[in-house]
Amino acid sequence: MRADLAAPALEDARAVAETVADPELPLLTLADLGVLRDVRTEGGTVVVEITPTYSGCPAMGVMRADLVHALHRAGFADVDVRTVLSPPWSTDWITAAGRRKLTAGGIAPPGPAPTRSAGPVPLQLGPSRRTAECPQCGSTDTEEVSEFSGTACKAMRRCRACREPFEHVKEV
Amino acid sequence: MVHEETVYDALDSAHGGEGQWAFGTGFDEPLAGVDTTVPAGVEPADLGAYCLMLGDDALVLAQRLTQWVTAAPELEEEVAIANTALDLLGQSRLLLARAGSVGVLGRSRERATASIPDEDALAYFRDAEEFCSTGLVEAPNGDFGSTMARLLVAATVRLAVFARLRDSRDPMLAAIAAKGVHELAYHRDHAARWLLRLGDGTPESHRRAQAGVDAVWPLLADLFSPTDVETRLAAAGVAVDPADVRAEVRGVLTEVLTRATLDVPGWPADVPPRGRTGVHSAELTVLLAELQGLAREHPAATW
Repeated sequence: MRADLAAPALEDARAVAETVADPELPLLTLADLGVLRDVRTEGGTVVVEITPTYSGCPAMGVMRADLVHALHRAGFADVDVRTVLSPPWSTDWITAAGRRKLTAGGIAPPGPAPTRSAGPVPLQLGPSRRTAECPQCGSTDTEEVSEFSGTACKAMRRCRACREPFEHVKEV
Repeated sequence: MVHEETVYDALDSAHGGEGQWAFGTGFDEPLAGVDTTVPAGVEPADLGAYCLMLGDDALVLAQRLTQWVTAAPELEEEVAIANTALDLLGQSRLLLARAGSVGVLGRSRERATASIPDEDALAYFRDAEEFCSTGLVEAPNGDFGSTMARLLVAATVRLAVFARLRDSRDPMLAAIAAKGVHELAYHRDHAARWLLRLGDGTPESHRRAQAGVDAVWPLLADLFSPTDVETRLAAAGVAVDPADVRAEVRGVLTEVLTRATLDVPGWPADVPPRGRTGVHSAELTVLLAELQGLAREHPAATW
């Protein structure tokens, strides 16, 4: 066990936390997804901050358990995983590496998130204006099949060029 | 990659391998590490009561929507309804946990053992008369047209409230609202598009959509009447007075129904709050029996 947590140890802890995969998108790490907000030390404790993608994200408990487990195995005895709710997670926080891994895994990465303005949220009654490139053939001629998919953060689309269905991380 | 064989193994090992992860482990307390200080000048009991109102609306509607799972008209729609329910359940968890964090637990602690976290105690161990949800969310689903008409109204009201709550003086409510706004916008627009499709579809789909709208409309009567708690908290900059969202809600609903070629029924006259004060239909008791049965029979269930 590590007695002190000097700067090199903090870097180690951060590196360990950054290897932990997202339970629902295991091709990405929590760091790739932008869910891992901070790793720091407070006294001898490694404090990790994570934020849920959606309010109902059922994976928060697993993320917390995976982080604690990974850091314990790396020799950090004292680990505190905290939830932060504000500012709310945005798909803009998915890293460039995360976006490449999504595409390689057959999932279209999100475009820029819509501007978050104060005041009433305007109705959107037409078909979604989102666009996405087919991760299989690269065509931009794709259509949305459903705004909801296997996880809260994805929509279902279909490529009109190669006819393959695919998932798209929707912009929030 | 750091992963156990299954997600359950990871949860289990995080809890000393006791094989107990269903109720009462506290492994997933949603406010872990969040600063839960109450803003100055705010009565914790009021704040907790308000969180129960918003949390119960979401919990009860999530349970109603979940009743469509395995019965929705098509797979994509089933996934959409289930995702909507999951978003609402998540909002409810945060809000019930917030109520618990300020000590508002009703009589749930008389029934729930100490090892059960506050959010579970509030969800599973209160009886119907302790719930503060409105009649709008507790009404049975009816057919798909009715379900979408109710979801449209419920999501429109909630989105209007949450959009304002982003400026709440309670930083936790503001954070919960800021997350929820994006989710609720999806819910509202999804239901609105279905009403357009049904209302402007076949004579039968039009008839059913109109019947759903007509059935849900009387339930608008007590949505905009504030309770004393809401009035006090709104004055303190913490809550939203529901009367303040009435005009916006009517505008949105009128726009959707008009474009859907559906008739906008007459707006019901306001009546004093019912559901918010614990007055419910027998249907809520039946819904809660389904929701709570397992947790009450087996409060430390393991599987």
